[in-house]
Amino acid sequence: MTSTQNVRIPSDHTGDGIAAPSRWRAVGRMVATVWGNTKARIGICILGFFVVVAVFAPVLAPYGPKDNGFERNGAASWAHWLGTTAAGEDVLSQLMHGARISLVVGFAAGILSTIVAVLIGLSWGYLRGVASEVVGFVVNLFLVIPGLPLMIVIAAYLQNGGILMIIAVIVVTGWAWGARVLRSQTQSLRGRDFVTSAQFSGDGSARIVFREILPNMTSLITGSLFGAATAAILAEAGLEFLGLGDSSIVSWGTMLYWAQNSNSLLTGQWLLLFAPGLCIALLALSLTLINFGVDGISNPRLREGKGR
Amino acid sequence: MKYIAQKLGLFVLTLWAAVTLNFFLPRLMPGSPADAAIAKLSQNGPVTEATRAAIEAQLGVPTGSLWDQYLSYLHQVVTLDFGVSYTFYPQTVSSMVSTALPYTIGLVGIVTVLAFVLGTLIGVAAAWKRGTWLDSLPTLTGSFLSTFPYFWTALLLLFFLGYVLHWFPTTGAYAATSTPGFTAEFIGDVLLHAILPALTILITSLGGWIIGMRNAMINTLGDDYVTFAEANGLRGRTVAIRYAARNAILPNLTGFGLALGGVVGGSILVEQVFGYPGIGYLLFNAVIGQDYPLMQALFLMITVSVLIANFLVDILYGVLDPRTRR
Repeated sequence: MTSTQNVRIPSDHTGDGIAAPSRWRAVGRMVATVWGNTKARIGICILGFFVVVAVFAPVLAPYGPKDNGFERNGAASWAHWLGTTAAGEDVLSQLMHGARISLVVGFAAGILSTIVAVLIGLSWGYLRGVASEVVGFVVNLFLVIPGLPLMIVIAAYLQNGGILMIIAVIVVTGWAWGARVLRSQTQSLRGRDFVTSAQFSGDGSARIVFREILPNMTSLITGSLFGAATAAILAEAGLEFLGLGDSSIVSWGTMLYWAQNSNSLLTGQWLLLFAPGLCIALLALSLTLINFGVDGISNPRLREGKGR
Repeated sequence: MKYIAQKLGLFVLTLWAAVTLNFFLPRLMPGSPADAAIAKLSQNGPVTEATRAAIEAQLGVPTGSLWDQYLSYLHQVVTLDFGVSYTFYPQTVSSMVSTALPYTIGLVGIVTVLAFVLGTLIGVAAAWKRGTWLDSLPTLTGSFLSTFPYFWTALLLLFFLGYVLHWFPTTGAYAATSTPGFTAEFIGDVLLHAILPALTILITSLGGWIIGMRNAMINTLGDDYVTFAEANGLRGRTVAIRYAARNAILPNLTGFGLALGGVVGGSILVEQVFGYPGIGYLLFNAVIGQDYPLMQALFLMITVSVLIANFLVDILYGVLDPRTRR
């Protein structure tokens, strides 16, 4: 910590002697830390694979996701690697297009609920007195009410809202966990010297919370982002499997919904059941694995290999 | 005693908040049940004012000020009178809920306790043998299995063990041919039907307990009293179970109440796949049939059960850890 007497004001002109540490270098170092973890590297590879497939789905997929002119309930063959559905659509093409929905919903809902968690968690941690108790009560209420039943009930009231509705429902029900984790970290940072010195130099609460405390919780926030995205992907698939989303779109959840409703269990099409669920599990697993590496950003003891 | 009173006060407050949330939820939503029913009808042709009035009367569209509605709702909740189901008409909501409740409490309750005990034991073993295959195998499979969607595990088990191998019945809580009663035959049948749903919940929820217990146990293993016990020459098993695990179980127990909400949610999907006639399956049917009174009562029932379970865990925690009672 610099003493207040001889602080050199960093200027925007380059070549002035002091170069402020580049933001990009810090990001680069974080990425290197995550990549240095074997588990995280596997996770990034799996996630990268799904992203590539999702982005290039129209090019990579052999057929359109809704082309239904093929043989019905077909077994796996050279023309249809994973067989065809009861409506005569190609399973592999549906699977590739389905990756888009899961990734979009997972990250959109994950990012939004993390933003809510950061806003609430940090202000809750910084506040004292009655206000803190009230916020704490609301967070605990949302934490203890079972999420999926609440989602199902809200989704049932908002008839067939489609993807945006699903994202909104997941955000409303999924922010509490992150808020609680971030709150306890804020509380422990609140008493540190750099916060006190910011208070003495007359910074407002909002500036202290979001400019002084927030940057110290980057890894925790990233971790809760991936956690929230995993929960969102599983929740989206669950809601669509129950037929509460828009069942006309092609996603992994709706594929399983149609598979169950067209009695794929009886016709013995196990690939149709197996593939979408495995994709959901693998995508969720990849995010969990990346989190092992994210943990290492703030806690060097959890790092692996040379960077220890 | 003060600890229990404090927890009880918080429990009552949370209960009230959950009940109130359940009241406002449908009222905050755009449209009303009557609108939804009319929208459905209007696809087949224009709806007259008379039809509209009839539907609103049939659905029991609430009248009076919000405060009056709230009071009569509270009265309903306290007397457990939730009106009549739309889809399963003469049956009352309360009677349907009480028929379904034992199945879910039996299934979810037993499996959750089983998963907790089993997961904790495996977690203790994994932490004790840290770095060996006994650690990496359960930790890795555990974290992989916990990313499985509940309904997918259910579908796979149903397909392979039910339809392909014919080891287990594929649907319901008991065979259509057996007559319900307190006979050994009927109870055996119920147990046989419960195996697949139970196995699904066990497989998907076990991983979380293993990892939670392992991490808590690794923390306690670094504590001085464990080193001291080892230095005293106590047997490894004594140190692991009587010294380390006993303290490591506390943080894991706090997770129990919260994880229960997740298991209850997962059991809805599991019950739907197996057609198991519990609360979750009923909720699913209520949603599909837009049976709002049934849905509201079920959501309340699920929330209250989880709240009660959390309260009991809180009390138990106070008993196990005297520090919290201060």
